[in-house]
Amino acid sequence: MSAQAATGGRSPEAEPAPRVGLLEGVRQSLTLAWRTLVQVRHNPFELSDFSIQPIMFVLLFTYVFGGAIAGSVHDYLRFMLPGMIVMNMLFVTLYVGQGLNTDLTRGFFDRLRSLPIARWAPLAGRIAADQVKQAWSILLVFVVGLILGFRLGPPGVPGMLGAVVLLLVFALAFSWVAVLVGLLAKDAERVQIFGFTALFPITFVSNVFVPADTMPGWLQAFVDINPVSILAEACRGLMLGGAVATPVLKSLAWALAIAVVFAPLSVWVFKRKL
Amino acid sequence: MEHAIWAEGLVKRFGGTTALDGVDVQAAKGSVLGLLGPNGAGKTTVVRVLATLLRPDAGRASVHGYDVCSDAHRVRRLVGLTGQYASVDEQLTGIENLLLIGRLLGMARGEARRRGEELLEQFGLADAGHQAVGAYSGGMRRRLDLAASLVGRPPVLFLDEPTTGLDPRARTEMWELTRQLVAGGTTVLLTTQYLDEADELADDIVVIDHGRVIATGTPQELKARAGGSTLAVRPEDAERLSTVRRIVGELARVEPEVQGALVTAPITDPAVLPAVVRRLDEADVRVTELALRGASLNEVFLSLTGRPAEEVEAASEEGDGEAGRQGDPSEEVPR
Repeated sequence: MSAQAATGGRSPEAEPAPRVGLLEGVRQSLTLAWRTLVQVRHNPFELSDFSIQPIMFVLLFTYVFGGAIAGSVHDYLRFMLPGMIVMNMLFVTLYVGQGLNTDLTRGFFDRLRSLPIARWAPLAGRIAADQVKQAWSILLVFVVGLILGFRLGPPGVPGMLGAVVLLLVFALAFSWVAVLVGLLAKDAERVQIFGFTALFPITFVSNVFVPADTMPGWLQAFVDINPVSILAEACRGLMLGGAVATPVLKSLAWALAIAVVFAPLSVWVFKRKL
Repeated sequence: MEHAIWAEGLVKRFGGTTALDGVDVQAAKGSVLGLLGPNGAGKTTVVRVLATLLRPDAGRASVHGYDVCSDAHRVRRLVGLTGQYASVDEQLTGIENLLLIGRLLGMARGEARRRGEELLEQFGLADAGHQAVGAYSGGMRRRLDLAASLVGRPPVLFLDEPTTGLDPRARTEMWELTRQLVAGGTTVLLTTQYLDEADELADDIVVIDHGRVIATGTPQELKARAGGSTLAVRPEDAERLSTVRRIVGELARVEPEVQGALVTAPITDPAVLPAVVRRLDEADVRVTELALRGASLNEVFLSLTGRPAEEVEAASEEGDGEAGRQGDPSEEVPR
């Protein structure tokens, strides 16, 4: 029976079936990214979610802990702000996972998959939209810092732009972790819970908020290899001056490593799940 | 006969659960096929295979002659899917949802907008078009969902439990819209738990249970197999029970069943009902309940499988829906 031939695993393409071209797929991804951004416009709650929280964090850490940790509020702000931007970037990537999860559980994804569009467009659209949210939240934390008295160091604006690019590259890689969490979580709330139980320890056990020298040795060892520390160091270098080349290269290496592990893993889970 | 939908021997397993165990389905172009069965019977799985969302483990399916596996992209251009759960984006407005689909289908912005507005108009959503879907009623959302699957004017439409959870008025509206589409030449595959819905809309019905087809036929054929209707009479005064029992028994020509103060009897001749009313009136019996029930899905199931639909619950299959609500679950039927 030919029925068996047609269904045994991947079917051999006897006659070439039409596929979606790359350009068409990119256009579809952008349409879907547009949709994600329209969602933000309609749901100011989400916007305040990822705007108010970082502002609150910057204010709290600067004024509550700043004096005690660094001797003066201003010195602490200088030390902490680049790391705060890194931390915030990691949390914003969770929106990819949350949005994806909502689409999957509410059935919107089925609608997309029943359309003649590129199979990768929904994912690509999500991640692309996330980059816009990322840029916005980086700018936001930075501007709050400026208002509180943060000033760029010798590298100036080009250094800051470099930091933004580095952060976006890292965010792109880390989005794959969020995609995986979004695919595996039962509901969108659990994606948030993951954020609190996994991202908080990782960002706190770093040099973002305090220098590592007062920590026990074993913890220092972790802080030193923690990509959050390395990325924070790179951003400090780019925004304030100091060592740049090594932390930037190490950050890129981490981004690459994360993408190499999590992108194929997420795609595999994605295909299996559907 | 030219088939719009054709499937043979579909098998799908989820882990240890066999959701489909060799299902055959055919629908002629321009016809309405009703896929009838209880929750977990495999209806949604059939639709998901036909809509290219799931690959079957065995068997073959095609839409307009294109294989759903090897020619999935072509199939997707031909089908529209309206899921059991309204699969529109709740955070967007009605028009934005339709615009999004139109753009994804490759329409230019203006064209997509025109098509969206046309559909909103057609589905009575023009006024709500600029509201977020989250604020829509269940019926409005379902209509938008249907509109969303029609943006590309697909010749084949899958309606997966289109009225589950809707109130009677919204339900009738969905039926009316479906009829309009069919009149326009669209082939429809409809899954439902309700015999009356299949009866209203379908030309042919496939009854499935435990992932197997257990009956096929026109609505009339199936109802005939399930037996005729049931007459139920409840006298206001329980003292008159024996009179009611006698009258019903004489006219229905069977010994009626009595449960509490309710007298029921199966009847095949519709003329029995007015005759019963006349005789009750002559005997001066006042009743609080007088009903003629058509065969319910339960009774169809009972006659086909020997057990009621509620007990046919297969191991839970994802996406196959909320609890069934047809028939009378309290009916006492031996297992």
